[in-house]
Amino acid sequence: MTEMFRDKVDVSLTVNGEPVEARVPAGQHMIDFLRLELGLTGAHASCEHGVCGACTIRVDGDAVRGCLMLAAQADGAEVWTIEGLTDTNAISDLQDAFVARNALQCGYCTPGMLVAAEELLSKGDLPSRAEIREHLSGNYCRCTGYEAIIDAVESVAQGRAGKGKA
Amino acid sequence: MTIPFNNPDRPNSYIGKTVPRPNASKLVQGRGRYVDDIVLPRMLHVAFSRAPVAHAKIGKIDVDEAKAVKGVLRVFTGKDLAEVCTPWVAVLAHLKGLKSPPEHPLAVDRACWVGEPVVAVVATTRAAAEEAASLVMVDYEDLPVVTDTMTALDKDTPVIHPELGDNLAFRRLHEEGDVDAVFETAHKVVSASFRTARHTGVTLEPRSILVDWNPAEGQMTAYHATQAPHMMQTVFAKHLDIPESRVRVICGDVGGSYGIKVHVYPDEVATAAIAKVMGRPIKFIADRLESYTTDIHARDHEIEAKIAVDADGKILAMDVDDWTGIGPYSVYPRTSAIEGNQVVNLCGGPYDFANYRAQTTVVFQNKTPTCQYRAVGHPIAVAITEGLVDMAAAAIGMDPVEIRRRNMYADDAYPVTSPAKMKFEGLSHHASMDKLMEMMDYDALRAGQAEARKKGKYRGIGIASFIELTNPSPFMYGIGGARISAQDGCTVRMDPDGSVVALSGVTEQGQGTEAMLSQVVAEGVGVKPTNVRVITGDTQVTPYGGGTWASRGAGIGGEAALQAAKALRNSILEVAAAMLQADAGKLDIRDGQVVDMDSGEERMPLEELGRIVYFRGDTLPKDLPRELVQTRHFITMEYPFAFTNGVQASYLEVDTDTGVVTLLKHWCIEDCGRVINPQLVDEQIRGGIVQGLGGALYEEIHYDEDGQLLNGSMADYLVPMAAEMPDMQVGHVETPTKESELGAKGAGEAGTAGAPAAVMNAINDALRPLGAQVTEMPFTPERILRALGKIND
Repeated sequence: MTEMFRDKVDVSLTVNGEPVEARVPAGQHMIDFLRLELGLTGAHASCEHGVCGACTIRVDGDAVRGCLMLAAQADGAEVWTIEGLTDTNAISDLQDAFVARNALQCGYCTPGMLVAAEELLSKGDLPSRAEIREHLSGNYCRCTGYEAIIDAVESVAQGRAGKGKA
Repeated sequence: MTIPFNNPDRPNSYIGKTVPRPNASKLVQGRGRYVDDIVLPRMLHVAFSRAPVAHAKIGKIDVDEAKAVKGVLRVFTGKDLAEVCTPWVAVLAHLKGLKSPPEHPLAVDRACWVGEPVVAVVATTRAAAEEAASLVMVDYEDLPVVTDTMTALDKDTPVIHPELGDNLAFRRLHEEGDVDAVFETAHKVVSASFRTARHTGVTLEPRSILVDWNPAEGQMTAYHATQAPHMMQTVFAKHLDIPESRVRVICGDVGGSYGIKVHVYPDEVATAAIAKVMGRPIKFIADRLESYTTDIHARDHEIEAKIAVDADGKILAMDVDDWTGIGPYSVYPRTSAIEGNQVVNLCGGPYDFANYRAQTTVVFQNKTPTCQYRAVGHPIAVAITEGLVDMAAAAIGMDPVEIRRRNMYADDAYPVTSPAKMKFEGLSHHASMDKLMEMMDYDALRAGQAEARKKGKYRGIGIASFIELTNPSPFMYGIGGARISAQDGCTVRMDPDGSVVALSGVTEQGQGTEAMLSQVVAEGVGVKPTNVRVITGDTQVTPYGGGTWASRGAGIGGEAALQAAKALRNSILEVAAAMLQADAGKLDIRDGQVVDMDSGEERMPLEELGRIVYFRGDTLPKDLPRELVQTRHFITMEYPFAFTNGVQASYLEVDTDTGVVTLLKHWCIEDCGRVINPQLVDEQIRGGIVQGLGGALYEEIHYDEDGQLLNGSMADYLVPMAAEMPDMQVGHVETPTKESELGAKGAGEAGTAGAPAAVMNAINDALRPLGAQVTEMPFTPERILRALGKIND
């Protein structure tokens, strides 16, 4: 196998703060690598072509579609999934707000929705409901009708802003 | 002891309060366990080669190339699986005349829709199985394709199943009163054509199943994303020749169902059959294209309907001619005739009138099979009824709210039987309408609408009253011969430390079943909801039950849980009375403590009672029962269904240049009887509304005339997204059913039932000054511009 046509790629990255080294199939999607190889089943594969957002993860600070990125592209990357964000309490206020407001039903979209919402919240502005809706319009939820999700994100944005001022 | 529901300060008053969902925390932490998250030792993956054409004879099947793919272990054809799995025929005896041919897990001689599974490939990885499936070569000899519903019965249309004689699957005519005579003499007759589009559920978790067959034990274990584990247990047992006691269906977390996951799918049965043949765990996870071509579709209806009213706006008669195409097979075991049948049952539902005729004609075609999807038939019937009522109001110059008030059953009229022969135990149309008017401030909104129109903005207000069928008895399926349980059961157990476990036959699909059960059991026993562990979705553990469908979880499963909990309470108090030398009737359980009923004085923690019963039973009187496990079942007996009611309103703006509809606000007043958890009910209503809004504005499966599905991806089949959806205000009237102590009726489908009609009426309210009207869903910009005469080609 020549270097140009190799079908396995060596990658070295951090996932949820832990170093990971792996030899991955060249065609393997990041979401499959996380789910199948690392057992990180929190993010889900749903449409598998970048529309629904159920596979959203954080890569180098950005919310990224796990189904549109190859594992081979992750060499050197810093990757966070819902598992790591939970373990480090990075988004516990957002998670608590989702539970309190029942901003999830079946929960399949939720890990991706939380990563997308955190991307907006982490900018530090106080987004309007319309801005929250716009930012989350890349993440399908078929259960809730979205309003509870918008409520939850809005309450966290207000809570964080209040905290910042105090 | 009966529960004094009217006293919110009663002890253990958890029923009627917002209690957090016990399973929500794990889901926000990514700790849910959906079928695709499960990996078993020696597990294999199956992928399917599916029919690329809508109707063809299956010729030679060449699997050599597929077998050569690294990792492929075995390939199965329809003939292979027919030897180990019996076919099914989806008919019900009470739907007279319904016919459908036998269906196999894989097509045997003929493929009848694009997506029908033909060959199964089993490999060590999903990627290998999918690659190999794409290399299976099948000679398809094209057969004539039937796609159009309205011409399916024409003489020159080919018959899809020649052995059935024609393409008619089912027809039902219901007639009450003298419809023709009334239409001839009525003050005003309004008629219209309606169309509802083909939808599908788009569950974010695709259909998923992992089946393990252990030949040494003779036991099958299926991890299945399903709404009805016991029904599936029965199906696998019957068609794969296994005793029911040795089929275990485990339904863990499910990523959305909405009716999609309550049916028997050929590829899922094939997965089970293959597991039995190979003696290894086999996993099938549908990909998104498979979801679009093989998840059931629904709501592909074309309707001609008319209404007759007198000069006072009183409804005199309705006449509905409904047609629907269901694909080539009726879907097992619920059948595909139910949706049309529901249209006949539900049209005119809120209104007190005498003369009613409705016919549904259900035909075969070469498209994906249709079956029950959230709010089965309701969105169609409500759109027909409420569309006609609005048109009649406009024709006689009456306000749409006023015409409804003049026709809705009086709130003190019940029980009544509708002209469709539906029995209503108790509804609240007028109270609901009054509450809606107050909540939305109807008069102010009308003023705002008039103000906006002066500025050239076309805003509309749409009202839709509705009824919803919930808590079904065996009249829905059982009487027709289907082994689908209308009964449900619950086992409630006290463990030694005083904590409680409840095992229920209803399932959790995200709607909040576990929270609902935890608070019902908590109140029934006398402990905190956090001290109740709820277990659902395991046929070898829970009592037999129907699962989640037809908005039955709270009404049926909740009542079984309440009665089991109360039985456990009595058992506990019987032991406590012996231990405390007290009268059991003078004791109560509150917050996990046995207390004096009158004074509330604490007498003994449940933990102490548990210690004695489980470890020092020798100290109790020999004959004292100490059964700290109780099971109760519940089934409705007096009414075939517990109908609910409600009314929705939509406020929106139509851009008459682009045809784009902007939803401004949506309201719903709903009466589901006793509300067990206000937050969960409201969120069911909101989620349901948005699913209905999707049908009204976006969702439509397209086929070409060859039966090719044209928009099988999430990018092409539009569903509601966050940015386009309105905020929704939800309110309730509570008319508990007297069939149960709990008094709960269903709430899961009301939002979907009424939302499309409300939007249609609002759009037409906006367009009325321009003389335009739309009745074909979804109301796309193109259809609106055509109605406005701005597109003519």
